[in-house]
Amino acid sequence: MTYGKIHSIETFGSVDGPGVRFIIFLKGCNLRCKYCHNADTWNPEGSDLKTASELLDKAERYKSYWGEDGGITVSGGEPLLQLDFLKELFHEAKERGINTCIDTAGEPFAREEPFFSSFNELMKDTDLLLVDIKHIDNEQHKELTGKPNENILDMLRYLSEIGKPVWIRHVLVPGITDVDEYLIKTREFIDTLSNVQKIDVLPYHSLGKFKWDELGIPYKLEGVEAPSPERVENARKILAG
Amino acid sequence: MREQWRGFKGNKWTDEVNVRDFIQNNYQPYDGDESFLADATDATDKLWGKLQELQKKERENGGVLECETEIVSGLTAYGPGYIDDSMKDLEKVVGLQTDKPLKRAFMPFGGIKMAEQAAETYGFKVNEKYHKIFTEYHKTHNQAVFDAYTPEMMAARHSHIVTGLPDTYGRGRIVGDYRRVALYGIDFLIEEKKEDFSLCGCGVMTDDIIRQREEIAEQIRALRGMKEMALVYGYDISQPATNAKEAVQWLYFGYLAAIKTQNGAAMSVGRVSTFLDIYIERDLKEGTLTETEAQELIDHLVMKCRMVKFARIPSYNQLFSGDPVWATLEVGGFGMDGRHMVTKNDYRFLHTLENMGPSPEPNLTVLYTSKLPKNFKKYAAKISVTTSSIQYENDDVMRPVWGDDYSICCCVSATQTGKEMQFFGARANLAKCLLYAINGGKDEKFLDKQGNHMQVGPEYAPITSEYLDFDEVMKKYDKMMDWLASLYVNILNLIQYMHDKYYYEAAEMALIDTDVRRTFATGIAGFSHVVDSLCAIKYAKVKTVRDESGLVVDYQVEGDFPKYGNDDERADEIAVWLLKTFLKKVKKNHTYRNSEPTTSILTITSNVVYGKATGALPDGRPAFAPFAPGANPSYGAEQSGLLASLNSVAKLPYEYALDGISNTQTINPGALGHDDEERSEKLVNVMDGYFDQGAHHLNVNVFGVEKLKDAMEHPEKPEYANFTIRVSGYAVKFIDLTREQQLDVISRTCHEAM
Repeated sequence: MTYGKIHSIETFGSVDGPGVRFIIFLKGCNLRCKYCHNADTWNPEGSDLKTASELLDKAERYKSYWGEDGGITVSGGEPLLQLDFLKELFHEAKERGINTCIDTAGEPFAREEPFFSSFNELMKDTDLLLVDIKHIDNEQHKELTGKPNENILDMLRYLSEIGKPVWIRHVLVPGITDVDEYLIKTREFIDTLSNVQKIDVLPYHSLGKFKWDELGIPYKLEGVEAPSPERVENARKILAG
Repeated sequence: MREQWRGFKGNKWTDEVNVRDFIQNNYQPYDGDESFLADATDATDKLWGKLQELQKKERENGGVLECETEIVSGLTAYGPGYIDDSMKDLEKVVGLQTDKPLKRAFMPFGGIKMAEQAAETYGFKVNEKYHKIFTEYHKTHNQAVFDAYTPEMMAARHSHIVTGLPDTYGRGRIVGDYRRVALYGIDFLIEEKKEDFSLCGCGVMTDDIIRQREEIAEQIRALRGMKEMALVYGYDISQPATNAKEAVQWLYFGYLAAIKTQNGAAMSVGRVSTFLDIYIERDLKEGTLTETEAQELIDHLVMKCRMVKFARIPSYNQLFSGDPVWATLEVGGFGMDGRHMVTKNDYRFLHTLENMGPSPEPNLTVLYTSKLPKNFKKYAAKISVTTSSIQYENDDVMRPVWGDDYSICCCVSATQTGKEMQFFGARANLAKCLLYAINGGKDEKFLDKQGNHMQVGPEYAPITSEYLDFDEVMKKYDKMMDWLASLYVNILNLIQYMHDKYYYEAAEMALIDTDVRRTFATGIAGFSHVVDSLCAIKYAKVKTVRDESGLVVDYQVEGDFPKYGNDDERADEIAVWLLKTFLKKVKKNHTYRNSEPTTSILTITSNVVYGKATGALPDGRPAFAPFAPGANPSYGAEQSGLLASLNSVAKLPYEYALDGISNTQTINPGALGHDDEERSEKLVNVMDGYFDQGAHHLNVNVFGVEKLKDAMEHPEKPEYANFTIRVSGYAVKFIDLTREQQLDVISRTCHEAM
């Protein structure tokens, strides 16, 4: 039995996957995205330890709200850092007939062992992945998140190969990702994939800034405003139009 | 078969009053979507435009446009009145409470002082002769009640342990079956009542028979009055309505008779939508009505419901803020035979909120079950998302108790249409009762003439220990609740007796079966705070803080404790226990006219007033702060999100609170979805999940706190003129709330996304 390192629970998730979802936020992430609105989930220390059964018992208290499409979503933090736990959680979820979804940035992905076979095992019990493309340009990606994007894009290609459904998410930040050139490149990449069901453009907001302040970390996007509705519409057209 | 009934099926309803049988034999369930709906006509736009001007003036005048000072309200007190005389031909449904739109009638029968004070508050002076008439020559309900109150009752009223009592205004909550006027015409109804009269008693004149005979005679007089009232507008309603336009008009005349003669706290319209659809469908088939005209009829009926006004005193407005009248009107629901009762007309009623914008009245209520057609659920949810103006009640828990022809007679309470009446009776403050248990019946706020804490409850031994012991508190609370339940029921018995005697609802009762079933509606205030306080005492350590007289005036809690609203069984089982215990105690007492006692957990906006009169509680609520409204968890207690909160409330058994369990939730649009389409779908998921667990009621607001704050600071902005929000059991225009109420609404939990 593996314990999950849990940051928190949201019983009513309405935008993280189909239907109404029970969201489990895991703690720990290797990316340091400048716009992160859950900076308090970076550090794996100080989390609640919970087993798959405990979490699913709690999740099922909300089954009546899930309708035909709802279920559980594991978010974070970076869920793929806790592969062993995730495998147990999703395996038991599927035994209980629960729809499963992972909200990931793909950073830990590798086609090497021991990750790869674990990942493949997890995919058997996974219905959907929400994959966040932080930046299409590798250099810019490093600048924005501290890590390269090659393996992340490779994960998307792999998921396409095995036909696993994904929703792509892209946070629109003025001056960083809200650049037509990059948006067009992102779209070109998405067009090479055959498993994308939905593309969400998420306008940048600074509502998570207070968490940086609480953690005593200087906020990197001080002064950056939310994109204008026109720019959001523009990005939607380019990415999903 | 009468000519007016051409094409209608069934026979039971044709020889005696049986509206339900008529509906079941003739309505057409509708499974389609909203695409058939028609926009507002020019006439609707013009009339609604005029009405909005008047509403603006009303607000500028401090909340009241004009008060009658010379004429006592009655069925035929006035000649005809219109929204605008120059546009009266545009009004498809006519009839005003007085001679002018939004002018408030003078209704002295509930109490002359209140009627005078209400007018004076807004700068109007009632003709002095009425003071003499209604004190020297004619007794009012209010005077009668105060003649009979005991000192103990007066003290309980003063300390607000029992509060919101209908002793200064009409008790309301009686829904006449206004559909009867349309289906049968007045003459038929008079004949039926005459027959009842001839069968009333065997000649032995007991109190009951004498009273019954007098009441039937009053009802017949009221029916005749309705005919005269309609004639003032040029309509003869002695015969059944011949088409949809007449059906709407006849029905409205029935309702108008009620609101001309009674100023009850709640004056519901009832379950009229499916009934009227039958007439509209017939006209559509016969080619005498278009969809646009059908929508216009419903728009104009709803416009009239938006105009209902009563003159109220300031203390009433503090209890029920925002000028509500609870013109409650239902759509949706299921029939006993398994067919849903959604008709095109249910869409039309909801569509009025699009054609004429959001509005608190009529109090549109969707009788909900997850089995309703998907299209309809989604449309209703969309209206919630865009207007926050409607409420939902669980048809699956109400239908087994009340059948498939019940109406909502107040904010959330069910009543069988035309079969039942209700003795409404406000609330017992169970939070204050807990303080009385600790302090031996002494009030923590109110002082007697000597300046000591007033002895309101029985002088039981107070708790003297420094730390509260759960078992000791429970033992004392049980005894104090016995006292409160008994006193409360007896106060209500007295009030209802006097109301029947001095302010009898002849017009409404004329449209209800003579052999009427009566419910006796008690209520609970301070529910969540009692639950959390008992949890604190049981699971944490609660230290008492005493004043110089030794009375406990504050509490210090050491340690964590479970709270109601988090789907935590430890707290929720205490909630269930509290509800069951209170109702059982109420039921031990005799209730007036052998009525059936029920209870509710709903407080309207009175949670602020009740809270103001109640000291600090062991759950950490500071002295005199507002209570949580209705059955809502306390402010800040909900730590686990919307669904956990809903799960807690859903555990309260409706069978023990047949008068209703009100729950109000505000959801940030962003937490529901990215766009209105997605928000509507998710809201349907939420309601399916909540109601499938047996929950009773949900008020849904979809907006963010920022919008509320802006509306409070800038009420003059045009976009806030009709900004409607759901509060406990009804809807109000946010800018019509007192600032205190606005701050209370803002402080309530708003469920946001992570």
